[in-house]
Amino acid sequence: MAAWFKRDKGKLASSLKREIPDGVWTKCNSCSEILFHKTLEDNHQVCPKCSYHFRMSSGGYVELLLDEGSWLEHDATVKSTDPLKFKDTAAYPDRITKYTKKSGLTDAIRCFSGIMSDHKVELSVMDFAFMGGSVGSVVGEKLGRAINRAVENRCPMIVVSCSGGMRMQEGIFSLMQMAKVSAALVRLSNLPQPFISILTNPTTGGTTASFAMLGDVNISEPGALIGFAGPRVIKQTIGQDLPEGFQSAEFVLEHGFLDMIVERKELKERVGCLLGLFRGNQNAVLQ
Amino acid sequence: MKKHTLEFEKPLRELETKINELETISQSGKIGIEKEITKLRRKLNKLHRDTYANLSRWQCVQLARHPNRPYTLDYIKLITTDFVEFKGDRNFRDDKAIIAGIGRWNDQPVAIIGHQKGRGTKDNLKRNFGMSHPEGYRKALRIMKLAEKFGLPVITLIDTPGAYPGLGAEERGQASAIAENLMAMANLKVPIIAVVIGEGGSGGALALGIADRVYMLQYAIYSVISPEGCASILYRDAAQAPQAADAMKITASDLLEFGIVDGLIEEPLGGAHYDPEMAASVISKTVTDALDKLKTLNPKKRIKMRINKYMKMGQWIEN
Ligand SMILES: [Zn+2]
Repeated sequence: MAAWFKRDKGKLASSLKREIPDGVWTKCNSCSEILFHKTLEDNHQVCPKCSYHFRMSSGGYVELLLDEGSWLEHDATVKSTDPLKFKDTAAYPDRITKYTKKSGLTDAIRCFSGIMSDHKVELSVMDFAFMGGSVGSVVGEKLGRAINRAVENRCPMIVVSCSGGMRMQEGIFSLMQMAKVSAALVRLSNLPQPFISILTNPTTGGTTASFAMLGDVNISEPGALIGFAGPRVIKQTIGQDLPEGFQSAEFVLEHGFLDMIVERKELKERVGCLLGLFRGNQNAVLQ
Repeated sequence: MKKHTLEFEKPLRELETKINELETISQSGKIGIEKEITKLRRKLNKLHRDTYANLSRWQCVQLARHPNRPYTLDYIKLITTDFVEFKGDRNFRDDKAIIAGIGRWNDQPVAIIGHQKGRGTKDNLKRNFGMSHPEGYRKALRIMKLAEKFGLPVITLIDTPGAYPGLGAEERGQASAIAENLMAMANLKVPIIAVVIGEGGSGGALALGIADRVYMLQYAIYSVISPEGCASILYRDAAQAPQAADAMKITASDLLEFGIVDGLIEEPLGGAHYDPEMAASVISKTVTDALDKLKTLNPKKRIKMRINKYMKMGQWIEN
């Protein structure tokens, strides 16, 4: 096996998540149970009482999905620039600095190679903590490179989406990332390597309208908000309240745009199972 | 068509009216005012040039949305022969916010697909103001596949405020429909040329916008979100749309400078609506020239170049 998964586990692992102070608690959004952060952390940010899925950091998904210590992060040094010299109530570079400090991330995605239940995979995970998981040039470039690595190494591509859509501060450059990632997926789609798209809460806008909906398998976590237009915009357009459960993962599954909804605690096992099934036919395809 | 006059067009229109009046008088036999007419014509010319040489981005937005601006069907009428429209996505219904069909473009058989806005309230309701539902994008994809099968190049005309944000659109998979088009267009075997003729509204525009060559009319706009949408999110005030337009840099010359589009198609003085025939003939020639070049490439190479073009898009630093 390549050297990339023999790296010092402790060193890599410590950078994945932030420290949690003792005694800090949260009230469950769904059942109102008081939950200590440590309890939530140990349960992958899922309420032990009612299974409500809290948002989880990119590091959390890496630890959840990849075999311990098998991961190697790529392209962590790719960073945003300011192509438009964009300024609204704050200048874009100042926002980037602020979010970098606040989240400990360099942008809204982290990309890894690793092992997942015996499968060598490319795993890219978006992170809502960095500007609402918005997609700009950095996310597009890192995803493009990750997909290329999956093509070169002939391995499955897994993307965990968590994103409010495109990043306005990069204007047309961000819109073009939808085109860029979709174009990158063309080469992968010609190979018998699965692209597994995992949609988490929320996945909306251009993220949904490009790579997140293009999986060979589209999987969502329960209760996730998934849609193109945001609920507020739709409400404003049609001038009436939205039906209960509109744009929930369950709604999107019912309307035929997801293959399955999988609880977080079963995610690794299910994806691993799928990868095994897809691999089963590869010799036949390649011959 | 009911004439609509933008605020900054008014002085021009007034001067035009005055010249027309004087011309009528002159024709009725009264002599001695030709000199005055010539003088006013010169003044009008100068005013035209001055006004359009210094357009703000917001004025560009207004021109891109001008109710008298030629739409997809106007250009189809002016440019093509033998155009036959195909309807429906073979699944749910015919979306009238998108026109699709085949016809001859300078004698060359092509597929033409474009967003279609309406003229007046009734027509706009039928066309949903150029905002497509998923079935519109699926109809477009169906015609692209048809074009691929018969080796016809695809020409798309982009003019939409955006994909429609509504209940039915979400239920029927607006996001999925757009996403499928992006990937399919990146991988289409025939040449694709896109022209933004008016509003390039976000994902709804991009869903017809992946192409070997992308052109923008001089006063067209193309952006990730409408200036109003951007302003209401970032400034919490939609009235600051002009500032948002400046911040996002959404004009044809902006995008040409960024290398996002391949060319800017000059419009007649005053905009395409002043002289639709002229606008159509420049579009026709630009597209034909580009097609002639693209046709010489083999499909595999063309797809590779198209994908590489998009793979390069974006700006980042690495250290
Ligand atoms: Zn709970």
